[in-house]
Amino acid sequence: MLMATVSCKINGKDQTLEVDPQMPLLWAIRDVARLKGTKYGCGVAQCGACVLHLNGEAVRSCVTRVTRAEGQKVVTIEGLSENNDHPLQVAWQEIDVPQCGYCHSGQIMSAAVLLRENPNPTDQDIDRAMGGNICRCGTYPRIRKAIHRAAEMLRSGGKRNGTDL
Amino acid sequence: MNGGNKRYTGNRFWLTACTLVFGLGLLVAMAPDFTGGKKPRELTPDDNPVIKKDSAASIKAFASVYKVLMSPRCMNCHPSGDVPLQGDDSHLHIMQPTRGKDGKGISAMKCANCHQPANTPGLHTPPGNPNWHLPPADMKMVFQGKTPRQLARQLVDPEQNGHKDLRKLLEHVNDTLVIAGWHPGEGRTTPPLPYAEFKKAWITWIENGAYAPKK
Ligand code: FES
Ligand code: FES
Repeated sequence: MLMATVSCKINGKDQTLEVDPQMPLLWAIRDVARLKGTKYGCGVAQCGACVLHLNGEAVRSCVTRVTRAEGQKVVTIEGLSENNDHPLQVAWQEIDVPQCGYCHSGQIMSAAVLLRENPNPTDQDIDRAMGGNICRCGTYPRIRKAIHRAAEMLRSGGKRNGTDL
Repeated sequence: MNGGNKRYTGNRFWLTACTLVFGLGLLVAMAPDFTGGKKPRELTPDDNPVIKKDSAASIKAFASVYKVLMSPRCMNCHPSGDVPLQGDDSHLHIMQPTRGKDGKGISAMKCANCHQPANTPGLHTPPGNPNWHLPPADMKMVFQGKTPRQLARQLVDPEQNGHKDLRKLLEHVNDTLVIAGWHPGEGRTTPPLPYAEFKKAWITWIENGAYAPKK
């Protein structure tokens, strides 16, 4: 198999991955970089479980080729904050958002981009930004509540999100 | 959730790789004539692309143009609302992304988060292009619901067509995002005319005066 070397920054650290160039970024992150927080749900960009940040954008890593990360910055749920204290993570715990939990790294990574671009989102803004993240357990009302809570924390001087790590 | 990309395995890689190599070879061998059988003239910025005023020829050509532009591959990204359409039945895009200011989506729902620079392999996976977008919010270039007359008039109006004069409009047929309609990815139909025929009709419509039909 023809292998490729992909050099990128993952959660602030320079990494070099020896991978099949066709490999989805999701598998490179999970199986090569051994970061298991980013989840596999559908594999076809339909559910949002695999969302991570590529140069600050909430890409679906299941359909993103690993080679797209060459020379770029990747942030996964593990790198969103140093001590799991990003306002979204704090709000998620405070409100006890997850049911089974499977969708939530994707939910939080999407919500982080929303709050970066819109620090004071309305319910409609949240629905629009989060419409691509499915939760089979139906935790949507708590997700919405937690995003409002995190926005509040950010507005009152809480920690900024770490997408620019 | 169904998935064409369920598990990434070595076998699957080789199958995909072989299919791609074979498919690419086949594509090269069968490469369509993108000149439309008629090369557009090299135009300088001062050239008027209209060669003659022939309303009958122009309107006849526009009938073919209209058929293509109203097909799902073109119309789905020219919706009347702010949510793109999807599928051969032009339903609202399932996760309801919105166009945003620049047509590239908003926050976690930007087009390029899913739509890669090239088509993603697999059935009904996101089609790709390096510049995937809708028209911007200040110039929506709606196709959905337009009659031939309305659409033709909109297409030639720089206030509604992205500030294109007729020369730029003529060249727009070569835009890679336009051409992407004929490479829509597995599970999607292509527009009702081959690209070459569409291109020929587009050029004929404009070169003969870019007339709008009566209705
Ligand atoms: S696993 Fe990527 S969107 Fe579902
Ligand atoms: S909490 Fe179970 S899928 Fe979202």
